[in-house]
Amino acid sequence: MRYLPYILAGISVGGQYALIAIGYTMVYGILRLINFAHGDIFMAAGLIMIYLSGPLTLWLSLPLVLVLTVLLGFVVERVAYKPLRDAPRMSVMISAIGVSYLVQNVALYITGGLAKTYPTIPWVSDTINLFGAITKRVTVITPILTAVLIAGLVLLIKKTKIGMAMRAVSRDFETSRLMGIKINAVISVTFVIGSFLAAVGSALYFANYTAIVPTSGAMPGLKAFVAAVFGGIGSIPGAVIGAFLIGISENVIKSGGSGWTTFSDAFTFVLLIIILVVRPTGLFGEKQTDKV
Amino acid sequence: MLKIRDLKVNYGAIEAVKGISFDVPEGKIVTLIGANGAGKSTVLKAVSGLVKPKSGSVSFMDEDITSKDAALIVGRGITLVPEGRRIFSDLTVLENLKIGAFLRRDSLTEDLNWVFQLFPRLKERSWQHGGTLSGGEQQMLAVARALMSRPRLMMMDEPSLGLAPLIVRDIFDIIREINQRGVTILLIEQNANMALGAADLAYVMETGRITKSGPGSELLRDPAVKAAYLGS
Ligand SMILES: Nc1ncnc2c1ncn2[C@@H]1O[C@H](COP(=O)(O)OP(=O)(O)OP(=O)(O)O)[C@@H](O)[C@H]1O
Ligand SMILES: [Mg+2]
Repeated sequence: MRYLPYILAGISVGGQYALIAIGYTMVYGILRLINFAHGDIFMAAGLIMIYLSGPLTLWLSLPLVLVLTVLLGFVVERVAYKPLRDAPRMSVMISAIGVSYLVQNVALYITGGLAKTYPTIPWVSDTINLFGAITKRVTVITPILTAVLIAGLVLLIKKTKIGMAMRAVSRDFETSRLMGIKINAVISVTFVIGSFLAAVGSALYFANYTAIVPTSGAMPGLKAFVAAVFGGIGSIPGAVIGAFLIGISENVIKSGGSGWTTFSDAFTFVLLIIILVVRPTGLFGEKQTDKV
Repeated sequence: MLKIRDLKVNYGAIEAVKGISFDVPEGKIVTLIGANGAGKSTVLKAVSGLVKPKSGSVSFMDEDITSKDAALIVGRGITLVPEGRRIFSDLTVLENLKIGAFLRRDSLTEDLNWVFQLFPRLKERSWQHGGTLSGGEQQMLAVARALMSRPRLMMMDEPSLGLAPLIVRDIFDIIREINQRGVTILLIEQNANMALGAADLAYVMETGRITKSGPGSELLRDPAVKAAYLGS
């Protein structure tokens, strides 16, 4: 079947977008903040991988990438967003844009503006033959790993005490504090989870690319953001569905030939405009009424 | 048990509480009545640690808790049933109760049994989302949620707001029952009649200050209080 490789690639990219999109949607859910720096943290995870995989073995650098990316997400929240907790939301947005440029500029400084080669991860980057389609093993690993991580996340949110606290804080800060919940700790946990998933997504995503530049996070970040908006920002299932839909669509469009490949990015943004016009709250977005 | 001394709270330039002092003795039902905007809710928020006072002090069981973290204050045994109930609408009834006990690590079974016995309706609906309850049921849930922290002092901000007279009576019966179990009550009410009837001790608050105090039954007969708060 002619479309099969494209659909497979789409599912894989969709999973990677989903892992990024969850970070956008969770942070929005709890802080009503669009974390513009999230795509750059995703890029930073890739760069960290590049610099660690030089001196260290892959099996050491992979977990270290996760830890350092989580730390980066945590620090960004504490330094750039937490002091603005009582400030107007617009100030926090601007701070987020600032962090985004800061991360890109630090990356530019460190890399000297040169494209850095992403290491090939053995086994994961191997070429395999899937139902007659030639692809990398990461194509198969991504959707499986994404599904496992999402299942774990859903369990955490639905079944654990910290998950319950996250749901409470995302609705009502003041009453959550009355229950004895430490708001800042819960917000930090949200950033930690988002950055962790972005780091995993980054290793999977860049396995398909040869090099990273400081703006490498922009496009996947933007697409994951559109996925989150499409699904209804704040909703985790919405973000996941949106991500797979965008990943598959843009790859199926590419099957039309080289002329269409250019159009595949535009598709995402046309989709964004259509949602914002037709259904601004997205697929599963919350209605405006329930904020006290 | 609770001692408030010369408490002042500002919101920006607005002086919401202009230096009030009062005591809540252990084991009693104490009420604070006053017109809209008098600053009653602000006093409770300051005690709970939700707003930081500008000056003055709050002490509980001889410990200074002024400007302490809200979580610490809950841990000391002070709970607030907030104005407007503030149920977590997309948590289930049971989850709302569990989150009331957020800081506790011991078994909740006994307390759950007690609140379900106080409010059998909540048991029937324990799997329903908080937001789907009626106003009266939400108020019951707010009280039950506060009890789950095992408070020594329960502060209630206008629990009768927007409820039918029959349900208000139920709520007041339950307040007395909770008090008999050893929980001290600090109650804010617009419904001055009910509140003064139930209170051992009452304070009247006007624009940020306490202007009168005495046993509930005494204020109930006070002509000035009658004219201002009892509509007669
Ligand atoms: N978050 C806030 N920001 C600014 N001003 C506030 C805030 N909360 C309350 N105020 C002001 O503080 C004053 C006291 O408010 P408070 O809510 O304590 O009154 P209240 O006695 O509880 O009134 P009500 O009976 O209507 O509930 C009012 O003038 C109110 O407008
Ligand atoms: Mg009030």
